[in-house]
Amino acid sequence: MLAAVRCVVYRDLLLALRRRSDVATALLFFVIVTSLFPLGIGAEPDLLRSIAPGVIWVAALLSCMLSLGRLFAADHADGTLEQLLLSAAPLGVIAAAKALAHWLVSGLPLVLIAPLIALQYGLPAALYPVLALSLLLGTPVLSMIGSIGAALTLGLRGGGVLLSLLVLPLYVPVLIMGAGSVEMAAAGLAPDGQLLLLAALLIVAAAFAPWASAAALRISAE
Amino acid sequence: MLEAVDLACERGGRSLFRGLSFALRGGELLRIAGPNGSGKTSLLRIMCGLLSPTAGAVLWGGAGIRRLREEYSRRLVYIGHAPAVKEDLTVAENLAIACRLAGLAVSPREIRAALEKFELSDWPVKRLSQGQRRRAALARLLLSQSLPLWLLDEPFAALDVTATRDVEDLIAAHVARGAAVVYASHQEARIDATVSRLVDLVAAA
Repeated sequence: MLAAVRCVVYRDLLLALRRRSDVATALLFFVIVTSLFPLGIGAEPDLLRSIAPGVIWVAALLSCMLSLGRLFAADHADGTLEQLLLSAAPLGVIAAAKALAHWLVSGLPLVLIAPLIALQYGLPAALYPVLALSLLLGTPVLSMIGSIGAALTLGLRGGGVLLSLLVLPLYVPVLIMGAGSVEMAAAGLAPDGQLLLLAALLIVAAAFAPWASAAALRISAE
Repeated sequence: MLEAVDLACERGGRSLFRGLSFALRGGELLRIAGPNGSGKTSLLRIMCGLLSPTAGAVLWGGAGIRRLREEYSRRLVYIGHAPAVKEDLTVAENLAIACRLAGLAVSPREIRAALEKFELSDWPVKRLSQGQRRRAALARLLLSQSLPLWLLDEPFAALDVTATRDVEDLIAAHVARGAAVVYASHQEARIDATVSRLVDLVAAA
């Protein structure tokens, strides 16, 4: 079973390596969106500092959405999805591996680059670890919830728009906890509560999302 | 071994076939025949569990395949319409990943041998022609000789004469080894098998 996870993750990472532009697109989108706000709002340090956590988190949600459409669609188009459905490991395990690979390619780079964006907004350095930790806990949840939506909208016309309508409302709790934790820390309070709730969301998503997306994949593949 | 009980299939509100029953044991060859749109692919997809039939069931060793799931799917290889290869990966990478996902342990040497047998160079798939992609998909058969069930959808489409003969020989050898092979094709292939059955979808429509 672990061999199947390793195989799917290796496959998806290898594919991402061969198509680096796809990975770069999502990351550049994140950087550009977060850079647009200071240009539009004006260089008011206090204002920028107070909106920074929210802006970074919303940009992370949108950037994650951007790459979700390809999660299963490419495999569906060339027939490899059928082979994944017929693999020797349970489909839930395969779906979990796909979500993990998606996070490694499109979530982890955001975690790593977020402190740089925070610097641009003039956030105090003490907040970087909280911001990075909240993204580290939250972005895998985005990938896993997103994989359910991507599986459900597979092969539909206009699936991309439907996917965002379906998934973005489900991202709200993650957004509230994630941005909330950084704001708490900025106000000088302990962000532990929000971070623990994010960790709880992560555990619940890891336990249930792969099976939900497996069931959705079975329906969509018919 | 494999049993279809009273299968019916409807696609887009149109009934493709109904009341279809047959059984297949090891060492038997089954051809699914019928004109375009008669449901050959649907029947094959039902038989490997990708599609649920409108009525009836497919049994493997007496148990329903919907319940067996990966217990069943690890015993079969399905080669569908699409070549099921990734354009950005090389042929060898595609084969290695497909086999590992199917739970088969194959060595790089075996993969190289399969490539040679099907006269494929280890290029990225996007540089190959349609026929070569088809061959890359069928090269999996050479690595799946331990599996008791092969389900092949139009295996001879887009193949040249020598490749067709190679695949026919592979199928014949696999049936002789005691495995069951099901293939969908308009025309009868020249495959030697002691028991050769036919499911004609026109008769079951």
